[in-house]
Amino acid sequence: MGAFKFSLILLGLRILLWLQATRYSAFRKRLKEKNFSAQMRTNDGSVGRWFVFKDGKIKSKSGILECPDITLTFKTSDIAARLLMPPINQLDQINAMKDFLIGLDGPDHLTLWFTQTIMQTQTIGWKYGVEVGKGVTRYTNMTNGGPVFLYVKNDKLIRITPIDFDDSDPDTYTIEARGKTFKPPRKTTLAPHGMNWKSMLYSPDRLLYPMKRVDFDPNGDRNQQNRGSSGYERISWDEALDIVANEIKRIKKEHGPGAIANSHGSHHTWGNVGYYLSADFRFINAVGMARVLHNPDSWEGWYWGAAHHWGGSLRVGQSETYGTVEDLLKEAEMVVFWSSNPEGTSGAYGSFEGTVRRKWLKELDIDMVHIDPYYNDTAQFLGGKWLAPKPASSPALAMAIANVWIEEDLYDKDFVENRTTGFEKWKAYVMGEEDGTPKTPEWAAKETNLKAKDIRALARKWGNKKVYLASGGWGNGHGGACRNATGIQWARSQVCLIAMQGIGKPGVNMGNLQWGTPVDTNFYFPGYAEGGMSGDLHHTAMSVELYQRMPQLPSLNTVEQAIPRLWLPEAIIEGKAEGYAWDGKSIEAQFNKISYPKPGYSPVKMLYKIGGSIFGTMADSNRHVKMYQSKNLEFVVSQAIWNEGETKFADIILPACTNFERPDISEWAALGGYAHHGQTQLNNRVAVFQHQAVKPMGESKSDYTIFSLICERLGLSAYFTEGISELDWAKRIFEASDLPQITTWKKFIKKGYVVIPPEKEENRDPLSWNWFYEGRKKDVPEPMPLPSDYKDGYLEGLQTQSGKIEFEAQSLKRFDAEDPERPPIVKYFNPFDKKQEKTFPLRMVTPHPRYSFHTQGDAKDSFINNIKDHRIEVDGFYYWIIRINAEDAATRNIKMHDLVKVYNDQAGVVCAALVTQRLPRGTLHGYESCATYDPLGKPGESVDRGGILNSLTPKKSQIKKAHSMGNSTALVEVELWDGSVEIKKTSASEKLKNKIQQLAPAE
Amino acid sequence: MDKWNLIIDVENCTNCNMCVLACQDEHVDNDFPNYAAPMPKHGARWIEIMRKERGQAPMIDVAYMPVMCNHCDNAPCIEAAEDGAITKREDGIVIIDPIKSKGQKHLVDSCPYDRIWWNEELEIPQTWIFDAHLLDEGWKQPRASTVCATGSIIAKKISDEEMAKLARDENLEVLEPEKGTKPRVYYKKLYRYDSCFIGGSIYAKKNTIIDCIQDAVVKLKQNTAVIAEIKTDIFGDFKFDKLPEGSGDYQIEITADGFNKKSIDVVLNESVTLKDIQLSK
Repeated sequence: MGAFKFSLILLGLRILLWLQATRYSAFRKRLKEKNFSAQMRTNDGSVGRWFVFKDGKIKSKSGILECPDITLTFKTSDIAARLLMPPINQLDQINAMKDFLIGLDGPDHLTLWFTQTIMQTQTIGWKYGVEVGKGVTRYTNMTNGGPVFLYVKNDKLIRITPIDFDDSDPDTYTIEARGKTFKPPRKTTLAPHGMNWKSMLYSPDRLLYPMKRVDFDPNGDRNQQNRGSSGYERISWDEALDIVANEIKRIKKEHGPGAIANSHGSHHTWGNVGYYLSADFRFINAVGMARVLHNPDSWEGWYWGAAHHWGGSLRVGQSETYGTVEDLLKEAEMVVFWSSNPEGTSGAYGSFEGTVRRKWLKELDIDMVHIDPYYNDTAQFLGGKWLAPKPASSPALAMAIANVWIEEDLYDKDFVENRTTGFEKWKAYVMGEEDGTPKTPEWAAKETNLKAKDIRALARKWGNKKVYLASGGWGNGHGGACRNATGIQWARSQVCLIAMQGIGKPGVNMGNLQWGTPVDTNFYFPGYAEGGMSGDLHHTAMSVELYQRMPQLPSLNTVEQAIPRLWLPEAIIEGKAEGYAWDGKSIEAQFNKISYPKPGYSPVKMLYKIGGSIFGTMADSNRHVKMYQSKNLEFVVSQAIWNEGETKFADIILPACTNFERPDISEWAALGGYAHHGQTQLNNRVAVFQHQAVKPMGESKSDYTIFSLICERLGLSAYFTEGISELDWAKRIFEASDLPQITTWKKFIKKGYVVIPPEKEENRDPLSWNWFYEGRKKDVPEPMPLPSDYKDGYLEGLQTQSGKIEFEAQSLKRFDAEDPERPPIVKYFNPFDKKQEKTFPLRMVTPHPRYSFHTQGDAKDSFINNIKDHRIEVDGFYYWIIRINAEDAATRNIKMHDLVKVYNDQAGVVCAALVTQRLPRGTLHGYESCATYDPLGKPGESVDRGGILNSLTPKKSQIKKAHSMGNSTALVEVELWDGSVEIKKTSASEKLKNKIQQLAPAE
Repeated sequence: MDKWNLIIDVENCTNCNMCVLACQDEHVDNDFPNYAAPMPKHGARWIEIMRKERGQAPMIDVAYMPVMCNHCDNAPCIEAAEDGAITKREDGIVIIDPIKSKGQKHLVDSCPYDRIWWNEELEIPQTWIFDAHLLDEGWKQPRASTVCATGSIIAKKISDEEMAKLARDENLEVLEPEKGTKPRVYYKKLYRYDSCFIGGSIYAKKNTIIDCIQDAVVKLKQNTAVIAEIKTDIFGDFKFDKLPEGSGDYQIEITADGFNKKSIDVVLNESVTLKDIQLSK
């Protein structure tokens, strides 16, 4: 029976190939790509069929060829029939591969082509997009800034718009609060970096061809010292891929495991298949590469600090996020935005979804306070009281607020007694019983430059009202002050404050309306952190749910060596680095120390770089210039979309295409992992089929394709691709999600998007922390902490040792009770060296950029360059903006849009000054994440006019026993730029400095 | 006859620049014959956002005002155009003909609002066309409106009578009405951009500490007449808004229970945040 079925299936395949070739010209074109013979057969040869592909024609007969180029073997005809009879069961396929029931022989470039061609017989006829007349097709896609319609005519992108829902899409939610009814609009919003994408797609800085550095010879002189200075020449894909594959083989054989490192940015272009956590991770594991271990860059203070007080390690130390939109609008009397600028950061991936909700906030009688050295975009929008502490000093403000609450009896004593531990210890510190210094408003005033009277007024107002504390951009942590030198102190103090006010009682919680909408959180679509097709159960959140839903080959990296990212240059140049792992599975996992090199592994000799964002985003970036020019790096390959940042320091450049030029699938703001249920940032959940809207520019290719082409040369393509294309993977993700419950694949890929219906009112998520406040079992829909972290019983209490909020953290007591930088109770320390503060008297804050998404969208001749608050054009060059207080500017003779040099001992950066009242004296403000590095002299040793402010920021970890960047505040000085390229200050600047000191008012 | 009008809410503009970017997305590299030739990638700001900071740290506010072609009913550019290069459509929209206007650089100066941009490459004057090409295809709103997350830009196609009523009901204003150009772009809460405030903060020494004084009564006087009166908030803050720029001499008079009355003279040019004011017993 099996034999008959298998023969029939093979015959069917032959007919299908013929049929699709007659129906579709694209398929006929594909058939012309290769000339070879393929055999499909049972192990014993009892059933078989061969195919000969020649110049686009197919010959096929049942039987066995003598010497086929490739052979696909099934153990028996029964097995073949079972595996190939539709509907195809993915788990059966994977199990068959694991159990060696299928064999694939022959060169990779033919086997992969053959299996992908067979798959294409199923997919070639699919119809994408909606015709809107005049030859224009409306496709869909997803950007980091939100979902989009792409209007395309003749393979040219005409316009990008957000998605307007049609009549067939479900309705959205309604919230009734204080006699008003609130309902968001039936459309998606888009962030500026999403709206900007046409100029990114067609940027003149697109990498269109593979390139080789002119003075790099893999078989001769490599001239590493010239990286960043020498030019490039165009080479063919074959040449480039051969060099890369040969270097991988050579380095593995010459140096042993661990000698190749893979470094990617924190973000990618959107899409669950193409994302770095998906395709790149499988590639890393297939090849075996040392990982560059990321620090928890957006969460530092929460992970290394707050988690010790209230747990939440699987949220990187942040708060729960459910039901807070409704509760805030109904119950809260005040919102304290503390280093919280959601209007400026769009919730990272949340577009402007929170904006309409904060407009509702404006319509209600809710007071607002903004604590931020910069009068930020959210303060500008919402109004309210602005308190501008000196950058990195606001933990002192928190201590003083607590001091007033204790002094004036303005906190929730019941909650503190029953739901927390260790309060007396912290109280003794705050009131000065421990060290003789009461942390009064007068004390804090000296540290923060705020006025004691304002601190006291804030404490009183807060202590007498139901208040939401919004910490960081998401309101529950994330971004903001947690990334500066006192970020750990700050996040810890935020927990102490909200605990004193009884978190979880109606109207008292963490949030700023950015997270916590009543969308349906029980409807499953995988977040990007779930790893897509990576098969990686160790470094992604795949094991939470996706692995069972989307069976795939697991992938495991045999190289255990890892480099702490903050010390990548030191690791390469000095050959040594130490750090702590970022691992959210428990509070204690962060105490795991990692050392590079790992015993028995080779030092890194080759770097496989994805994208070019590190110069702009990592502290003291000139270190990276030196790293690239080190002889220790024998080979650097960069796979990137644009020629920017450190891409210009590679030996071989592989041009990747954008997500508008390849198919993929995703859901908006579906992050998964540490940002579980990121979709509660949205007013409507929207899943998108990411159409390939235009052909790849030049010779660029998708990351997936590039990885598979390298894998072909390493014999790993079947393992990497599982024989299928990225389009097939997208369909597998669709099938793994809950989308088939509400739409069909055909409808989905035609229309391009589907709106996931909102939760019924009676089924909405419970309010975060309310279970804890009321002493119930945990009832919010997050699978964290892990079961073994409970003490009294499953779902009872927090992840901390006591199960309560711990003012004195037991985990820190156990780890190192004597650590002066991170004592068990939170204390305030000024992190800056007094002498440095005198030499470089300005504290510069470098938050995430508002208009670009990190480096995405900046420079590259993009539309965003035209935005006056992003860059300013002076004599044809677009300079980065540095904001300076008007009086500070006047004393330095700096006027609006003057070119200035921001400098310290590390670097000098030429910027355009934006003179403003939005900063107090002594403070500068400029975005980090500039995309372009443009040294005016020798790279690494001259001023940069690209705008990389991170070249000025401290590389120091916030505390020694962490791997924690603290670079969002730096000590600098600024002066009018005299056109010189030297970093060191000029004698003219010395004179200016003296003048400033004379003019400066007495303290 | 219904005509297009644009209503911009200054209070809710956050300077997100989505309208600016959407305009570039629509027009850069796109040619819409009879409506608009392609917009240069840089240097042209058909929609531009103007910034106004008021006051001094720590009491300030910042307003943003998107500006673009006003599609005036009495448009000086139409007068100045040769060859009928600029026309007024029946629906109120003003269009510069991309062919007829070639070489007419003087049109740039004809706009009293500086909203006409010279395209060096094509040698034509250009401006924001209200997305007439899309409205004609059935779009309900111009793109600037569809991307505005705060709903601060809304186009309305209504009769002139209805628009006049709406302007009265919602206190909408046009820019520089004294020029008599009759713009079709209206602004809400324009005072945030074009008027001033006087603000300050009141404190006193109580026992050993310095404290904010809440509920102090602050009167704003001009020529001895009280023109406004407010109470300070918990931070001791007060703010008198909607005062004309350069409006000259004012007096601030402060009374609070248990403290001596205090008066301060203020000369108002631009918005002013006074130095903190101490009351004494």
